[in-house]
Amino acid sequence: MEDKPLLQTTPRLIVIGGSAGSLSMVLKILPHLDVKLQVPVVTVFHRKSSDDTTLIEVLSTRTCFEVSEIEDKAGISPNVFYIAPADYHVLIEKDYTFTLDDSEKINYSRPSIDVTFESAADVYGANLVCILLSGANADGVNGLKIAKQKGGCVIVQDPAFAEVPYMPQQAMTHVTPDYILRPDNVREILAVLGGQPV
Amino acid sequence: MEEEVSIQITDAELEIILDDLLMIHGYDFTSYSKASLKRRMNRLVLHDKFLSFAEFRYKLRAEPEYLQRFIEEITVNVTEMFRDVTFYKTVREQVLPVLATWPLIRIWHAGCSTGEEVYSMAILLKEANLLHKSLLYATDINPAVLANVRDGIFPLSMMKQYSENYIQSGGKKDFSSYYTALYNVVKFDEALGSKIILSTHNLVSDGSFNEFQLIMCRNVMIYFDKELQDRVLTLFDDSLEKLGFLALGAKESLKFSAISSKYKQLENREKIWRKVVE
Ligand SMILES: C[S@@+](CC[C@H](N)C(=O)[O-])C[C@H]1O[C@@H](n2cnc3c(N)ncnc32)[C@H](O)[C@@H]1O
Repeated sequence: MEDKPLLQTTPRLIVIGGSAGSLSMVLKILPHLDVKLQVPVVTVFHRKSSDDTTLIEVLSTRTCFEVSEIEDKAGISPNVFYIAPADYHVLIEKDYTFTLDDSEKINYSRPSIDVTFESAADVYGANLVCILLSGANADGVNGLKIAKQKGGCVIVQDPAFAEVPYMPQQAMTHVTPDYILRPDNVREILAVLGGQPV
Repeated sequence: MEEEVSIQITDAELEIILDDLLMIHGYDFTSYSKASLKRRMNRLVLHDKFLSFAEFRYKLRAEPEYLQRFIEEITVNVTEMFRDVTFYKTVREQVLPVLATWPLIRIWHAGCSTGEEVYSMAILLKEANLLHKSLLYATDINPAVLANVRDGIFPLSMMKQYSENYIQSGGKKDFSSYYTALYNVVKFDEALGSKIILSTHNLVSDGSFNEFQLIMCRNVMIYFDKELQDRVLTLFDDSLEKLGFLALGAKESLKFSAISSKYKQLENREKIWRKVVE
């Protein structure tokens, strides 16, 4: 990790994808989100519907970012931690607004991480950071590949530290991540994203 | 994982296709949400194995059967019976008792897809003893889905979930009493279908065709941009009687729209609005 260069460009969007076992890592990331980053964070979790308000409350207590569920056609603002609503895919328009979409499940999932990674890569290109966390299926892996092709930065949770390693493992066999995220380097990696040397 | 090599539609190419559709075929998709359209188009191009954009464009311009396929694949037809159980519970408890006071109940399902929503409504009306004096107008841009509404045939594999949805939305009967199973599909009671009137209708280009007491348009307008959403809401407003109801999908809203001042949302915050001002 030490010999990695700093990012080529500052991120304009961070997208985090997670499935089974990813919440604990998200809770570790949240306190390190600094308003100095001036970046929106979009998260896509696989989860059951109807527990939205509880989740938002739990997350809100850990961060200075505003935590909010994504609304159709709403603009994307920095310093907000956005959560994909259950049962809708989240896409991003060229004018930096969200579009919700209830089309077929992808990788048995709606929201699908692939859908948001790919759509974000199309809009943000090299200014995109994608983070893939713990999970039991391969959703997100294709999206990481595309983000990488478009010059984006790819971060994968270390499978050795993931509660369910399958998803990050799949990611590592198909893409070379720019950073590998572990519980003990969250702060440093987020500092790098903010443009500060480690 | 399989490597899928395919051409990718660029933003400029997307615009060319949208122009062709409008100029040659009269289908106006220019105000649809671009991110969603582009994804659907790339999916189609991959699936139908086009080797170049030119080939795709040519086929779409020249072959009417392919245009039909394009419409079927570009529009999203995902639907469910009793989708969002609390929504249907509210229709049952708060909307139908009001509709019951009209001598004839006209309901418009705009963007009805394969009909799951329409049959759910027919079941609610039947249980409220209102079906005999109701007409359900089911419309969609895609003629292929309307054939399915006419037949009232749905996959057997979905019935377990639909039955659970039905019970959770306040249904008291044995859900299977509404259909007959035939191999891997079920056919719903003809009586439920008898009050359904089918027609193709494009919300972008077709006008108002009747006055209704309830208009349902769920999970259709999320595919439209803000400006088109506003236009369609005005069309609904023109087609809704005073004190009638407008019902939208879980992620859709009248908030910030041109017609919102005439409407009042139900108190339980379900996506149902009442037209309180003419
Ligand atoms: C996702 S489905 C919603 C089905 C159902 N209302 C529900 O909520 O379960 C969207 C439907 O809208 C239809 N649609 C899309 N554009 C339309 C238009 N311009 N006019 C009428 N229907 C349209 C599609 O063909 C599709 O059947």
